[in-house]
Formats: sequence, structure tokens, C-alpha cells
Amino acid sequence: MKNDIILSGVGGQGILSIAAVIGLAAVENNFFLKQSEVHGMSQRGGDVQSHLRISGKPVDSDLIQLGKADLIISVEPMEALRYLPWLSPDGWIITNSSPFINIPDYPPVENIYEEINSINNSIIIDAGYLAKEAGSARTENIVVLGAASPFIDIPYESLESGLRKLFGRKGEDIVQMNLKALKAGRDFAVTKI
Amino acid sequence: MKKKRKLLLGDEAIAQAAIDAGLSGIYAYPGTPSTEIMEYVRISPVAQERNIHREWSTNEKTAMEAALGMSYTGKRAMVAMKHVGLNVAADSFINSAITGINGGLIVVSADDPSMHSSQNEQDSRCYSHFAFVPCFEPASQQEAYDMVSDAFELSEKYHVPVMMRITTRLAHSRAGVDMKAEAEPQKKIKLPDDPLQFVLLPAIARKKYKTLLSSYETVRLDVRISKYNSFRDDRKRDLGIITCGIAYNYLMENINNRSLRYPVLKISAYPFSNDIIREITDRCKEILILEEGYPLIEDKLRGILDNGIKVYGRMDGTIPRVGELNPSIVAKALGMPPTDIREVPGVVKTRPPVFCKGCGHADTFNALIEAIKQYGPGKVFSDIGCYTLGALPPYNAINSCVDMGASVTMAVGAADAGLFPSVAIIGDSTFTHSGMTGLLDAVSKNSPVTIIISDNMTTGMTGGQDSQATGRLQNICTGLGVDPAHIRNIVPLKKNHEENVTVMKEELEYRGVSVIISARECIQTASRRKKNTIKDH
Repeated sequence: MKNDIILSGVGGQGILSIAAVIGLAAVENNFFLKQSEVHGMSQRGGDVQSHLRISGKPVDSDLIQLGKADLIISVEPMEALRYLPWLSPDGWIITNSSPFINIPDYPPVENIYEEINSINNSIIIDAGYLAKEAGSARTENIVVLGAASPFIDIPYESLESGLRKLFGRKGEDIVQMNLKALKAGRDFAVTKI
Repeated sequence: MKKKRKLLLGDEAIAQAAIDAGLSGIYAYPGTPSTEIMEYVRISPVAQERNIHREWSTNEKTAMEAALGMSYTGKRAMVAMKHVGLNVAADSFINSAITGINGGLIVVSADDPSMHSSQNEQDSRCYSHFAFVPCFEPASQQEAYDMVSDAFELSEKYHVPVMMRITTRLAHSRAGVDMKAEAEPQKKIKLPDDPLQFVLLPAIARKKYKTLLSSYETVRLDVRISKYNSFRDDRKRDLGIITCGIAYNYLMENINNRSLRYPVLKISAYPFSNDIIREITDRCKEILILEEGYPLIEDKLRGILDNGIKVYGRMDGTIPRVGELNPSIVAKALGMPPTDIREVPGVVKTRPPVFCKGCGHADTFNALIEAIKQYGPGKVFSDIGCYTLGALPPYNAINSCVDMGASVTMAVGAADAGLFPSVAIIGDSTFTHSGMTGLLDAVSKNSPVTIIISDNMTTGMTGGQDSQATGRLQNICTGLGVDPAHIRNIVPLKKNHEENVTVMKEELEYRGVSVIISARECIQTASRRKKNTIKDH
């Protein structure tokens, strides 16, 4: 088993929570893991990315090689495209549809969708809508994780227990909301494969 | 002993290892990518239980000296900083090698090749060699953990401080780490046998310098160094590969993926014995050297004449001369066929960092831009922090960002040359880090400068650590001798804009030292505080 995943978004959108859930789930399954994060200046509304590598064997590099990522999981559509050079020829892109517009020259979002759709293996999901349905707009990142879950070689139940571990401190309501968000994302994605 | 396993950042592995090695105190000033070392110790229940000292210091120099003071008492201490912080601490760092240590002392310096969050990509290994201090450079989180206890032992055996040099990718990458089940006890207070050990009078310093030089030679053969430098022979001897630190991972990624059979020398501890270099140069026709940072070993291997064994590396362009390594750069250096790589579509625009919505720095800049407009551009010196983003559109408001505190002193120098008005804008934490002494310069000669302290009551850029300036700025400025009539307090809010512009205009016109404290809490720390308060109720 080997999953090389790029997580992307804008500083503050919660990609490190996605990484943490997958990480906890990987540990539960005794997989090896390396996860490189961005701290510092870019966290102030800049583009951020995390390389997450899970494997049945020890992982060497903390960074994924260009052209070798199995999956790009993005909470922002333009940010999904920024990491295309890392995507392997048969890799998948799972991205949120809602743009995060904090620059003056943000392109028309249809042009971004067009580029994403030109890649065979891609899913664009309206995570904002599904998150609100699940109970809170703040679970948008977890909806995206749910949509990516069919492409991650970790049992779904382990992702659920990862969520419980991560959000357990915040109370059962928050946990249930996130579990719902995860499921909503997954249910959407399985219809698209 | 039974072991525990935990997912840790490289920074956290170092912190955990220090706690487990009987640490008594850690000293640090926040700086990416080193910040999480102190942060981990600060929230560690074991550190709390053991009363390990873990308060932020005012700057890296005070941190280094306090750590040396703790070492003086015989206890184990650690000091952590980013690479440029070591410039600030350099005086005490280099002299601490000459005094030597009593309790084990580790200096962690986190380098930032590619300058993700820094002004340069200096290589701290140069400092370790410059100071004749042994240096560990871990390739993995596990190695970082394991090295810490060896570093403390080495430090105590040879009576020298020991450096741990890490780079961004290790500092901020997480992996499973096996750790000791229980932390070692802390050392008891036991003062140095020689009461003059730390007295660097010239006559004493000369003797101690000789001792340092000779121990730098003997330490090469110590097992705690040699066990981290390993040679693995293989059958493709046309090329031997030397790696330093994390470069080893990028090499092994390529070797394991493609079953390559090159001999590999992994270097992770300095100073090494030259014999291990001969192991590989005697066997192989050519050498490829992979260093994360400066081509330090490469330069030595080539020598001035560069007429020995054929060497490939950063100096001949096999590897880019600047920036961090990655597995793709290493693949190319190994002559791997290029993989088909998709391009970033033109529709993707750059997304530079920006002020958070509602940030007080933005309101301060808006007022300054209006107040200073009539004097024309080029009058504002700035500093290191979130407010450096004032350099970018739409503000385009600052003309310098050099090093911690330089805004104040550069404004003084420019005023000396006749620039009027000459303005500095500096954050609260940066001001107490290195701006106060510059302000004293200004006061002592009554420079016509206007110093704006954009006070967000935290160290914002690194994630909101306590600022030593909080609640003290007024008194510091008065104490340094600024005329209280020209210490002005404003609150950077949209509704105060006109009033703030007026205050700034008045002080820009004043031909003496004025300080404007523009204070409003960082909105990130404010919202965190609000959340925590709700949780507590």
C-alpha cells in the first residue's frame, strides 16, 4: 500500500485538520507516514500545501516527487491546479468548488472548473453546501476529505475514528457534525467514480 | 526499556527528546521554522510536572546566555532559534565554546533554505565550524530524537556546547518516533570545578581556546559522532554519493524506487573523521554530493585547485546553487530520465500572503500612507513581522526590511544624512527584541525620527507567542528618554482614521524623537482568546 497525497488550500482553510485525520487513521492501521506542512508566512492568506505520504513500508522522502502524487485533495479550486506538476498520470484531483477570492486578479471560476474537468480523474464538490447540510459551514474541509476517502487506502472506519480523536475534546455534537460531513462527501464522490 | 511511539514534527521530536534527557530549561525566541520546539515543551504535561523552565526570551542572545547560565549550574539546557537568530546570538554562542559548558548545552538552529519565511538561507553548519562546536544534522524525526541524548552526553564529556542543525522540511514534517518510556531525572546543581572557567580574561581565554581546538580534533573519533556517519558500499562504483542531513531521504527515495546500487556515505554529525571520506573516495571514480544548504563539504572536497577526484554538486551546476533540495532535483542529478510532468495552467495566479481581515497593521498603514503622502515616497523603514506585508500592493508603504530592529537604526542613519521625515515602523515584539537599543541611539542625539510601534500585543507572524512588550511600551520609551509629550497612543481602527492621520502628521513634523504606539490586539490571538474563554465557561 502506498498513497502519496498533496493537500492544498489557502492559509486558514483547515488543510492541516484533514492531514491530522488521515494521519491518525494511518497510525491506527500501523502504516508508515511522513507529513510535511507549511508554517510561517504563507499561513497569512497565502497558498499552503502539505505533502502526506502513507505506506506499508518505511517512507524515505518527506516530499513527494514531481509526477508521483496519487491524489490532490484541495479545499479551494484554483489551489488544486497549482500542484498539477506533482500529480501522477493516473492520479485523482478532489476539490471543493467554492473559490477563496483574496487577490485582485482571481480568474473567472468557470475557467478554473474547465481546467479541472479537462483532467480525466477529477471530482469537484460543493463542500460548502454539503457542510451546511451537515450542520456547520466549518466542516467544509471534512466534506472534501469525505469525497477523497474512496481514493485513500485506509478503511473508512479508521477515518471516522480519526475524526473522533481529533474533535473528541470539543464534544459529541462537534464529532457527530464532522462524521456527517465526512459521509456527505463520500456519498457524493462514490456517484462520480 | 519499553518504548512509546508518537507522531511528531522534527521540531517536536527534538523537544520531546530533550525532556526525556533530563532537560531543566529551554530558552528561545520564536522564528520559523524553529518555533514548535519551545511550543511543544510549553504545553508538555511532563515539562509542567518537572517545572522545566520554558518561558520565551526577549531575543536569541538573551536566550543563549540564559541557557549558558543554566549550564553553568550543572543542569542540562537547550536554546532554540531560527538560523538568522543565531546571528543575534553569535557573540555568546562563539564565546560559549571557549568558556565551555558545565551542564550539557544544546543549541538548535533551524535553517530555512529556499527562504520560505526568511531573509536569507545561511547554513548554520558554517557557524558550528566557525565556533569549533560539534554539530548534529538529523535526516529523520527519529534520528533527531536519538541525537539529542547523544548531544547532551557529548556536550558534557567534552565540555562544549553542541549544535543541532535542522532545516525547514525536517522541522515541519511529521513522522512516527519511538521514544523512551520515561524521562531521565534532571541534574542537580553542581557548580564548575574551576571557578574561573567562565571568566574569559585574555590570559584565560588563550588557554581555553587551545583546549577547545584540541577537543575539536578528538571529538571526531567519538562514537557519538561516528555512529551517525555511515558508509554503505555497493557495486556501482563509477559514482559514489555523499549526503548530508535530510538530503539522504531524497537520495534513498530514488535509490529504493529504482533499485540503484551506488555506494553511499551518509553524514549527519560533524566534525567527522576524514577517514570516512576516504572510504568512499578510494573506492569510487566520481563523487556526487548532496547538501541541504551551502556546498560546505563539496567546497572542501574540491579544494582550491579542484584537480582531484571528479565532484558533482552545487558548485558545478549539477544541483542548483541556491534553494532547498527535493527528490526531483536529486533524480535529475542521478541522470534519471525526466518523468512526464503536467504544467501549472495559466489560469492559476500567485497568491501572496496578506493581512488577515480586520488586522490592525492594515489600519496603521492606511493612516501612515495618508499622513506621509505630502513628503513623497521612500521615507519608511520597516522590520521583520506580519507588517512587512505593507511592502506589497495595495499598500506599497515600506522601503526596508533587513533584520530585527533595523527599522529604527536605519531611520536614525537616514535622518543623520538629512532625510526628512525619517520613519520607522516596527512591531511590538521586534521592538523589544532589538529595537530598544536603536531608540536609545536616537534619543541620545535627538534624531529627528518618527518611530511607529505597530503593537498587536503578540508575536504574530510565528503564530501568536507572548510578546515581552505587552503592557510595557509606554514605560520603555519613557525610560529610554523619549519626551512623554511625543509618545502618542493611537488605536488603529477605521473609525479612528482621521484622528490617527492627524497624530501622525503632527509627529512627522516634529524635529526630534517621537514614538507613536499604535495598539490593537492581533485578530488571530483575539479570536483564539475568545474561543478559549467560551470553553472555560
